Amino acid sequence: MDPIILSRLQFALATIVHFFFVPLTIGLSLFIAIMETRYVRTGDEKFKIQAKFWGKIFLINFVLGVVTGIALEFQFGTNWALYSKYVGDIFGSLLAIEATLAFFLESTFIAVWAFGWEKIPKKLHCAAIWLVFFAGTISALWILLANGFMQHPVGYEHVGDRYILKSFTEVLTNTYGWHMYLHTVCGAFLLTGFLVMGISAWHLYFGQNKEFFHASFKLASCFALCFSILSVIVGHQLGQVTAKYQPSKLAAMESVWVTEENSPMYLIVIPKFTSEEGNLVQALPLPGVLSFLTTNSFSQTVTGMDQIKPDERPLVWPVFYSFRIMATLGFLFLAVAVVTIFLRRIVPTLGWGLWVYILLIPLPYITMQLGWIVTEMGRQPWIVYKLLKTADAGSPPVDWYQVLITLLVMAAIYALISITGFVMMIRTALKGPQDMTEHYA
Amino acid sequence: MEWLLDVWFVLWGVLWGVYFLLDGYDFGISMWLPLLGAGSERERTAMYQATGPFWDGNEVWLITAGGVTFAAFPLAYAVLFSSLYTPLLILLFCLILRGVVYELRFQVFNRWYRLICDGISFLASLVAALLLGVAFSNLFRGLPIQLQDVQGAGQFYMYQGNILNLLHPYCLLGGVVFILLFLVHGALYLSWRVEKSELKNKAFYMAKITWPLFLIAFLVYVAFTFLWAFAPFLEGNYLKVPILFALPALCAVLFLLSGYYIYFKNSPGRAVLASCGGILTFTLTGVMGMYPNLIPSRIDPASNLTIQAGASTIPTLTIMFCVAGVMVPVVIIYQIWAHKKLSWEVKADY
Repeated sequence: MDPIILSRLQFALATIVHFFFVPLTIGLSLFIAIMETRYVRTGDEKFKIQAKFWGKIFLINFVLGVVTGIALEFQFGTNWALYSKYVGDIFGSLLAIEATLAFFLESTFIAVWAFGWEKIPKKLHCAAIWLVFFAGTISALWILLANGFMQHPVGYEHVGDRYILKSFTEVLTNTYGWHMYLHTVCGAFLLTGFLVMGISAWHLYFGQNKEFFHASFKLASCFALCFSILSVIVGHQLGQVTAKYQPSKLAAMESVWVTEENSPMYLIVIPKFTSEEGNLVQALPLPGVLSFLTTNSFSQTVTGMDQIKPDERPLVWPVFYSFRIMATLGFLFLAVAVVTIFLRRIVPTLGWGLWVYILLIPLPYITMQLGWIVTEMGRQPWIVYKLLKTADAGSPPVDWYQVLITLLVMAAIYALISITGFVMMIRTALKGPQDMTEHYA
Repeated sequence: MEWLLDVWFVLWGVLWGVYFLLDGYDFGISMWLPLLGAGSERERTAMYQATGPFWDGNEVWLITAGGVTFAAFPLAYAVLFSSLYTPLLILLFCLILRGVVYELRFQVFNRWYRLICDGISFLASLVAALLLGVAFSNLFRGLPIQLQDVQGAGQFYMYQGNILNLLHPYCLLGGVVFILLFLVHGALYLSWRVEKSELKNKAFYMAKITWPLFLIAFLVYVAFTFLWAFAPFLEGNYLKVPILFALPALCAVLFLLSGYYIYFKNSPGRAVLASCGGILTFTLTGVMGMYPNLIPSRIDPASNLTIQAGASTIPTLTIMFCVAGVMVPVVIIYQIWAHKKLSWEVKADY
């Protein structure tokens, strides 16, 4: 067996599970911070209960994000030793800065927040959750700048057998990285909005704590609206950046095989499941639309897969389907969010309609994972675009059976902890705000 | 600017040392769960409460130590972690499991569920402490690595051998030293943090019993290292630059001071502080002995991975130095502040 394939599976497992917990950490910390700020401003206990109740869910989610993150950092050394050797001069520093700037802040002040109720002054306590929120967003920025380097390497120089840092400013101002950052963070807030709306809808449907959950719902609906709009806009920009810097990924996202001016967008496309050229079906072309979407001009050329060397093409169908479904769901969220903002005052009376929000909860999670599948599988066969192939980046001393064993053990442990974690989060969510016992009882 | 390499080498050692002295007490307390928490759920809860606010912040020192290895010495990061593939992943799995227990244990009031959580926390901490000791002893002993041509990848330091080569008696002894050290450290920390209660006394008593065991293991380990020359990399620097002997001397003084506070002053708080200093100087003693090697090779001196071979370029080291120079002191300040704010006496009797 090929250790590279197994290492890719292991990395995929570690990132996918990790990313089930990351977006809510970023988004819910802002939600809680806003609620607690209202509490500090007005002194109204009901906002404090808001912060505490959502905080309980946050803490379970947070710990799972933390522990699943540990494995990620070390896997670059364990499974991708040659990658680390080649680009560590640039990539390693971004990770180290993330740890020193963000992780310490996040881990220290979440403890101050979780254990500090009634024990430290109110304003300081509120500041702690804001710091956790800032730390989360800072952390996302550095890790996505690191990933941005893999997507669109800038500011480097090839010396000897490695790539070294030439301009740190260029690495920090990498357009690709910043677009991914904004798109991901918007997605995180969107996911939080829909999660809070969904849980609130459940309680409103069953008539529990109506006033409490109506208040949560209203704030969450603002999250959902703002960030579903921004996600679509930034997503569109990211698509254009991708077309410019990573044409092979864009060709896979749209399954474009012919390079042409005035490139059409086919409403119906069924790509082949092999890496053969062409699509099984393509129908209903909208002339020039793909050119317009990627370049703002109907007449511009869009690079198709025919311009990409066969051994430099990503596997098309997973990228294509992930992108289509992600984009469709993105517009669905936008539509729901727009309708919701008008309904927000009468939402407790919606009855069966509330189930829409409950059933929508998993969809933003799926959407974000699909986005990552587009980003990462669309970059293949490169680990660093046009610089280093994934196949050349593994760990020479590691045998396939070692990776297979750790992959299986990791799958078992991650299944155990994430299922337990999700069950605990659901239980806490369904219990409602009655039970506000101390943390760690 | 070559001095930056030396600075990063020392900082690398300091980060590992700080990680050991902080997470050491978390591991220690979890390892005491079956004995000190045997009878009562309240006592076990108190044991978690003592470290609950801190384990995550402590673990970030490991993430940072790993991140700094990656940033400052990418080749060493690649060689070390790919050579120690299996033990490192077991260590990560242990850290993952003991981490989730801190939060998930308290979500359910069920005796069996909580017992399973305690069992996981105990085992994961024990194995983690053992592996850290074994890993560092292997560094002191030298890894069986050789610089070789790798197909399509230039030269790479290839690990020669299998996992069992890592389990030399000297290295296993290193693991035992780490376990005993963390047991003393954890018992002292627990006894310091818990209010006057039976648990406080029990923990202190355990520290009293374990301290001599630790001392014996530690002395045998040191004798093994220096007299039987299982770690040829450690001696050279000390004979060359005798002032370095201040480090092991300070280490000895601090561990003895810790014993003094235990046996003559009944003061777990001061004893744990001395023990923190002991752990830091212990780590630095080992790391400074390895200089200028990051990973010594025990099969081929020409394959020693040195700081010159393993390091990032000067611009990267400079940027990292600026970031660390500003942020690490800031982190230390707010972590101490948070420790003070959250270190009220833990209740053990209700």
